[in-house]
Amino acid sequence: MSTDLTRLTAAQLSEKLVSGEVSSVEATRAHLDRIDSVDGAIHAYLHVAHDAALERAAEIDSQRAAGASLGALAGVPIAVKDVLCTLDMPSTAASKILEGWIPPYDATVVARLRSAGMIPLGKTNMDEFAMGSSTEYSAYGPTRNPWDHGRIPGGSGGGSAAAVAAFEAPVALGSDTGGSIRQPASVTGTVGVKPTYGGVSRYGAIALASSLDQVGPVSRTVLDAALVHDVIGGHDPRDSTSLDEMWPSFEAAARKGQQERSLKGVRVGVVKQLGGEGFQAGVTQRFTEALALMERAGAEIVEVEAPNFEYAIAAYYLILPAEASSNLAKFDSVRFGLRVTPEGGGTVEQVMAASREAGFGPEVKRRIILGTYALSAGYYDAYYGSAQKVRTLIQRDFDAAFEKVDLLVSPSAPTTAFEFGSKTEDPLSMYLNDITTIPANLAGVPGLSLPIGLAPEDGLPVGLQVMAPAREDARLYTFGATIEALLEEGWGHPILDLLPAQPVSGEAAHIAPAPGQGTEPEGGTL
Amino acid sequence: MSDFSREQVEHLAGLSRIALTSDEIDHLVSELGSIVDNVAKVSEVATADVPATSHPIPLQNVTRPDVVGELLTQEQALAGAPDAAEGRFRVSAILGEEQ
Repeated sequence: MSTDLTRLTAAQLSEKLVSGEVSSVEATRAHLDRIDSVDGAIHAYLHVAHDAALERAAEIDSQRAAGASLGALAGVPIAVKDVLCTLDMPSTAASKILEGWIPPYDATVVARLRSAGMIPLGKTNMDEFAMGSSTEYSAYGPTRNPWDHGRIPGGSGGGSAAAVAAFEAPVALGSDTGGSIRQPASVTGTVGVKPTYGGVSRYGAIALASSLDQVGPVSRTVLDAALVHDVIGGHDPRDSTSLDEMWPSFEAAARKGQQERSLKGVRVGVVKQLGGEGFQAGVTQRFTEALALMERAGAEIVEVEAPNFEYAIAAYYLILPAEASSNLAKFDSVRFGLRVTPEGGGTVEQVMAASREAGFGPEVKRRIILGTYALSAGYYDAYYGSAQKVRTLIQRDFDAAFEKVDLLVSPSAPTTAFEFGSKTEDPLSMYLNDITTIPANLAGVPGLSLPIGLAPEDGLPVGLQVMAPAREDARLYTFGATIEALLEEGWGHPILDLLPAQPVSGEAAHIAPAPGQGTEPEGGTL
Repeated sequence: MSDFSREQVEHLAGLSRIALTSDEIDHLVSELGSIVDNVAKVSEVATADVPATSHPIPLQNVTRPDVVGELLTQEQALAGAPDAAEGRFRVSAILGEEQ
């Protein structure tokens, strides 16, 4: 075949599937072959659904041949973050405590992509229970950044971002509690969207912090993210925090941006607190250039103050551990997951403590203990109570800003991809990495990250974060698609064309779990 | 610097039902101190006049019709259990000898 099918976007693949030029089996096989050839080094996947994916692709092909009416993405492969429950694949949230666990139900977003005819390729790696910014806390070993195998792919959703960046899937699903979709997108040169809180169902997403978690799309283009968002979004009666309202077509919003390529009349706010000191020079440089591009396209750039963003990380690292310590109490060695019985037996409580000691990794234990402390009598008001007040102040900062501007922008992350091991010694340094992305989660507003170039000093991708008022996700897609089109017009190609075929420090260590040791129930193929 | 004692960390580990090793307790004693020092700054701005937000987009009285929905079968519910017997989850003794 002349075209490499893994290089196509989901939108391009969809056109070729509809016209009959390409079958879903061909597209799926091309991606499975790509996974086989590169994932030993990258380790984006914890499980690959080889046969099941090809079977499903064949079904879609025969439905299409029979003239069935299919969705826009029918036959397009997709990777699924391991935090999402899948009926036919292990769902471990990259934790030993759920090793090999196959849920008895699908997450709503997974059920929706299946009914849209999309082909799940497998489950992607992440920090254990989504706690981390680098995938270094995965119990099954880290994912490597396709740009440089000695560096992190971001986290927690590093597996989904790396899979998409390395052409191991056209699109993927992620989850974002404090930046787990946007920061990996930023450091891998891909696109990621955290929708408005309640815009996408959380049913079947293994909960980290219920008031912050949101599922969203991961892709190489803004249009592809919009197409996936259209499939997974909308009200779900099984999630009591799901917003019961009609959403516009995000695909239409993205196409509008692609076509019009104008920002005339758009007021863009630059958040003073999310830049400057502490940000890598090349990140600031590309960000400043992006602002100039916006101005040339007709946007009005305004600096806005968000004084309480300074307290966002502190509030987040109280609210998140508090909610996580409650959510993770369900891993009690009774209903599912690992059970470890202490030597000589023990009461159910001792079995539980031994199981959680063996099944949880260091960061998960740290956050559960911290959350238990923050919620304990005598400290509750000072810590958790105060953090909830900060949340109000941050929402007020957003409200005040959105009275003056239509969108807010910042770099998606303070730096480009950092080296493995550089932040694991000091947990606080890892937490500080999330400074740009956390405010959106605390306030529930939507955010998008898209690539705006490579930092001159290290040749690694830099991301632009765009935030909109709650429920205004469509604005992100129109604006994001405009910026993307203008940038590519200037570059003459998409950013991932610059991805080195032989990455820097290409250490091809086989870090996937050994057959039978990881999450591979049938012995494994990675 | 917030001071955490070994006893305090052991107590929290007990409440969290995690049988930490001695080495893990040592690490947490210093890590928790430095994390708590840094997050304590929330109290600088959390004054009495600021209401708390528990949920970013609050919804009230979310209900559904009181009818039986799609449910798991007993086999499905037990399928992932480490141990089961006679259609139930099986666990070890609830009470220790001293109780």
